[in-house]
Amino acid sequence: MELHDLTITNTKEKFKKKEFSSLELTKAYLERINILEPKLSAFLTVTKEKALEMAEKSDKKMAAGEDSPLLGIPFSIKDNFNTKGIRTTASSKVLDNYIAPYNATVVERLEKAGITILGKTNMDAWAHGSSTETSDYGSTKNPWDISRVPGGSSGGAAASVASDESLAAIGSETAGSIRGPSCWCGLVGLKPTYGRVSRYGVIAMASSTDSPGPITKTVEDAALILEVLAGKDSMDATSSSHPTAKYATQMKKMEKSMTIGISDDYFANVDPEVTEKIENAIKLLEKKGHTVKKIKLFDPQKSIDVYTILMRSEVSSNLARMDGIRFGNDRSFFRDEAERRIMLGTYALSSGYYDAYYKKTQKVRTLIIEDFMNAYKSVDVIIAPTFPTTAPKIGILGDNPMFGEMMDVLTEPSAIAGLCGVSIPVGFSKEHLPIGMQIIGPQFGETTILKLAYQYEQETQFWKEKPNI
Amino acid sequence: MKINVKHIAKLANLPISEKKLNKFEAQLEQTIEHVDRLQEIDTSKVSETNDITGLLNVMREDIVTPSLSQEEALSNAKKTHNGFFVVPVIIEEAIE
Repeated sequence: MELHDLTITNTKEKFKKKEFSSLELTKAYLERINILEPKLSAFLTVTKEKALEMAEKSDKKMAAGEDSPLLGIPFSIKDNFNTKGIRTTASSKVLDNYIAPYNATVVERLEKAGITILGKTNMDAWAHGSSTETSDYGSTKNPWDISRVPGGSSGGAAASVASDESLAAIGSETAGSIRGPSCWCGLVGLKPTYGRVSRYGVIAMASSTDSPGPITKTVEDAALILEVLAGKDSMDATSSSHPTAKYATQMKKMEKSMTIGISDDYFANVDPEVTEKIENAIKLLEKKGHTVKKIKLFDPQKSIDVYTILMRSEVSSNLARMDGIRFGNDRSFFRDEAERRIMLGTYALSSGYYDAYYKKTQKVRTLIIEDFMNAYKSVDVIIAPTFPTTAPKIGILGDNPMFGEMMDVLTEPSAIAGLCGVSIPVGFSKEHLPIGMQIIGPQFGETTILKLAYQYEQETQFWKEKPNI
Repeated sequence: MKINVKHIAKLANLPISEKKLNKFEAQLEQTIEHVDRLQEIDTSKVSETNDITGLLNVMREDIVTPSLSQEEALSNAKKTHNGFFVVPVIIEEAIE
């Protein structure tokens, strides 16, 4: 069995043809984790016993002729998702000893769909960062070059899939945390519309933009997982009852050509190598009959300020519950990045400053939303780089108090507006590092962005290339 | 802009050393200086967005459904007493 060639789609076929069982597959992944983890540190917890148990159960179901959408498929779960009976830390020592007493809705739905949980993946502590360097358990390494960061905050998730330590991963994004690491690890990262996937049981970062979603090798795998995750959840009042779709089936039908919006401000300060690959990708899409239209969007550089205030305010409020009384350790266990964010948020929300910062931010947020709504009157999707560079060397974070916000500059505006977006690989740099492009759609435009992503992937198949690790 | 980091740390209930607070003071002021560019954007004619879903008054039937047991809810607490969380004393005076 060649792990790198496996997708959810073809693995399910191989199960059917009895090429291997779910238990055999799970053992192969656990073996790979065993070999690679000393190099990569993608996982914080490997749930070996539970994985073997779940795989055996799936094999029994298959033998009994039962099926479910993700039956027997091995997954890694980002460590900010509550997983019943499993340590859940969000990569912070505040939660070093926290054993989740319940499952996040995402985990509940995935288990019902038949997955095997291989373990919990490393991330920036509390999801505060874009490199995994703020993790209290040390940085994850990028499988394409272990001297580089994998991106973040879902960096362990992306590294686990890129290195074939897992077939698929669940991450979460507040602004860039799914799309970013997928970009730097050469993967597909789908950030659903805010409210499309339940936040219940996800350790909150910024509640008004947090969106769980899949990180996978192929667009079809991402679509299949979204089918399982999407939909109203009574445990999350902000989850939407907007109709869900058979995304993986519908995305294969390109009924009419699309108009793709391009905004020059999204290419300012972008590495020329990155720009070149994305221009090539756009040319390819034009050859397939789509039209490109130049548009002018709200300057993403200004979104950094909006996002900084918005997120840090919500962070200070959400992390107030970490008091060490009901669970976890006390507040002396927070490290610099969380402390800085809590402090700035507390300041922005404090009496006398609320109007100047938080309220002002929420007003500019309205402008950003209206700007996108206006753009989608004349375009179907917007295309932009995901990250402005390829993966930098470990140590990039340094003591920069705004590194995360600066790196996420091109994913922040759409996250602030609650839109959906997917990052897909569009080639490699001279140093053979993956380059990613994002397709941004309107709220609940998942089918539209997946269509274009799928069509592009069919033409290029970059996912078949694998890192030399 | 001068930030009273000691006061903010107290509001945020964060036990941070004097030395680190000094470092944070400069960093927070740097961040505030950056985000102050926001004030240049004209927002006189817009109202704030507090929620992007457009959902309003999401209610459910007032029916009891299965939830965490008392034992599960207490399972991560460092100190419990007779099935309750033990919290730090916040009212010094003894209540008789």
